[in-house]
Amino acid sequence: MRRALLLGAATLALAGVARAQDAGKASDAIRIGITYRPGTRPGLVVVPGPGLDSVRAIVARDLDFSDRFQMVAVGPDAMASARAGAGPLNYGLFRTFGADHAVEIVPAAGGVTVRLHDLGTSRVRNQQTFSLPGETESGFRLAAHRIADEVTRWASGADGYAASRLLYLAGGRVYRVDSDGADGAGVTPSGESVFSPAWSPDGSRIAYTRLDRWSISILDLATRAVTTVPGTENGQNITPAFSPDGRLLAYAHMDASGTNIYAADIAQRCCVQRLTVGRFADNLSPTYSPDGRRVAFVSTRAGPPQIYVMGGDGTDQELLASFDFGSTGPSNAPEWSPDGASVVFHREVSRSPQIFILDVASQRVKQLTSVGRNEDPTWAPDGRHVAFISDRTGRRQVWIVDTDTGRVRQLGTAGAARLPSWSRRLHGAGPNP
Amino acid sequence: MRVPVLFALAAATTIAACGGKPDPEQPAPIVATTTPSADSIARAARARQDSIDAENRRRADEEARRRAADLAGRSSQVLADLKAMINFDYNEAAVRAADQAILDRKAAIMQANPGLRIRISGHADERGSDEYNLALGNRRAAAAQRYLQNKGIDAARVDVISYGEERPLDPSGSEDAYAKNRRDEFDVTGGGDSLVAPQ
Repeated sequence: MRRALLLGAATLALAGVARAQDAGKASDAIRIGITYRPGTRPGLVVVPGPGLDSVRAIVARDLDFSDRFQMVAVGPDAMASARAGAGPLNYGLFRTFGADHAVEIVPAAGGVTVRLHDLGTSRVRNQQTFSLPGETESGFRLAAHRIADEVTRWASGADGYAASRLLYLAGGRVYRVDSDGADGAGVTPSGESVFSPAWSPDGSRIAYTRLDRWSISILDLATRAVTTVPGTENGQNITPAFSPDGRLLAYAHMDASGTNIYAADIAQRCCVQRLTVGRFADNLSPTYSPDGRRVAFVSTRAGPPQIYVMGGDGTDQELLASFDFGSTGPSNAPEWSPDGASVVFHREVSRSPQIFILDVASQRVKQLTSVGRNEDPTWAPDGRHVAFISDRTGRRQVWIVDTDTGRVRQLGTAGAARLPSWSRRLHGAGPNP
Repeated sequence: MRVPVLFALAAATTIAACGGKPDPEQPAPIVATTTPSADSIARAARARQDSIDAENRRRADEEARRRAADLAGRSSQVLADLKAMINFDYNEAAVRAADQAILDRKAAIMQANPGLRIRISGHADERGSDEYNLALGNRRAAAAQRYLQNKGIDAARVDVISYGEERPLDPSGSEDAYAKNRRDEFDVTGGGDSLVAPQ
């Protein structure tokens, strides 16, 4: 709790510095610091209005899923008295609903104008006009998600994760879905069995293992072009991970001598470098730190699989998540957080995997789940939420947990889902396969 | 040569034309009127020899078939021994002591059939991590390969592949099913057409 508070304060301080360059908004940044109440989420209401229902619905749900606000629902009767005609918002009435902020979305030329009202000071704190494609156009939902992320930043000073997508595996095929669980679609060709999908940092490509050849493919989502990663033409190659600059791809290569991690230069399509040397030991599931300098991975060098770390060139290999030999369960599937502060992974407790977070600085681990099987975690771009596979309802589905509050929700997916991978924030129009 | 045949045919036609059965007291006219000749004796001897030859051929064929079936039976037993699976303890890749005899038999078969090549596929149960199970299956396949290598089998004759938990034998999720699924499978990839038994 204290760490969360300190981190929050640091984020706010950073936001304050960034905003200070904009003299007109400097007071807003200070205001954020004053309204931040640890343990209490500010109340936020999305003001209903004529038209734009689907944009409001998407934005309101995204703001709720950010877990940074207490969402306030307002019925139409209350609305009638809250806004007299087209006049200004009835700030006093919204305050009585328990809201600290009101989000107003109104039509504008080529898009929408979004206003964040501060109900404490009774004035508009932020206002911006966003271009928005038509509801039936492919970029519409991502554009709406980006509005939600901007409102989240206005109101909380922190970045949201709405404009992102998850990949997951179902029946051997990779599917993608928006962070709110909508707009699902197949990504890899149907009929081709693949494994371990992973996003490139810019969201333009995905990597995965082809189960017919056991090579690693990179699929460009815009052009649909597929390339094979150098060094993966032979043997069995699994668990691909892009470096943060998108130039390298680390993967595990299996043959009769064991499983070892290599990194290929996919920008120049050359220069395969071996990072681990284990005789009859397994080294797999590499994940880069956000600065690209370190790689966390799984190794069986001491017996059961556990989480280790090494330099990006394979030097300085050491244990990362401590364990008690003989009592700590096998640990797998690490993923480094976008802020670099933690590594999420799963560890078996009574032979059932549970989600753990390792604080890299202190090397302390914290268990996040305990009901059912919970495995293969992946970080949201906000570095606060984690998606994972859980069978708590009897079927393996994608769930999302807020690591600050413990609040969980299920992501709607068709079929039994496996091996999710969460993108960073998507800035382009987004792939539309 | 032609005359007796024609006579016999005529006689047969006459009897048939009378519409009655020939009197059993009377010898049949065909037999009575056929006069043995040197030709017919030789013909009869040839016919007898032919039938003896045919019977010998039939017996030889039968014997060959029986031997082939026996050989195939032994060959299929060899194949069955070659394909016999081995199993593993949870999260372990060490060959169990009880499974060593199964691998010893495979090593002997491979020594008796120098052209034989096999592929070992390693499998895991569905409890462990999806991706780690591929590495675990690889280690299980490699363990059997190494065992055969230590028995003098060239590793180049033994390919390994892992399917992790992707191909369970029994997907029912019970302890018994998990135990069945933790296994190495052995398949012939070359030189398996006419396997001979060891020794």
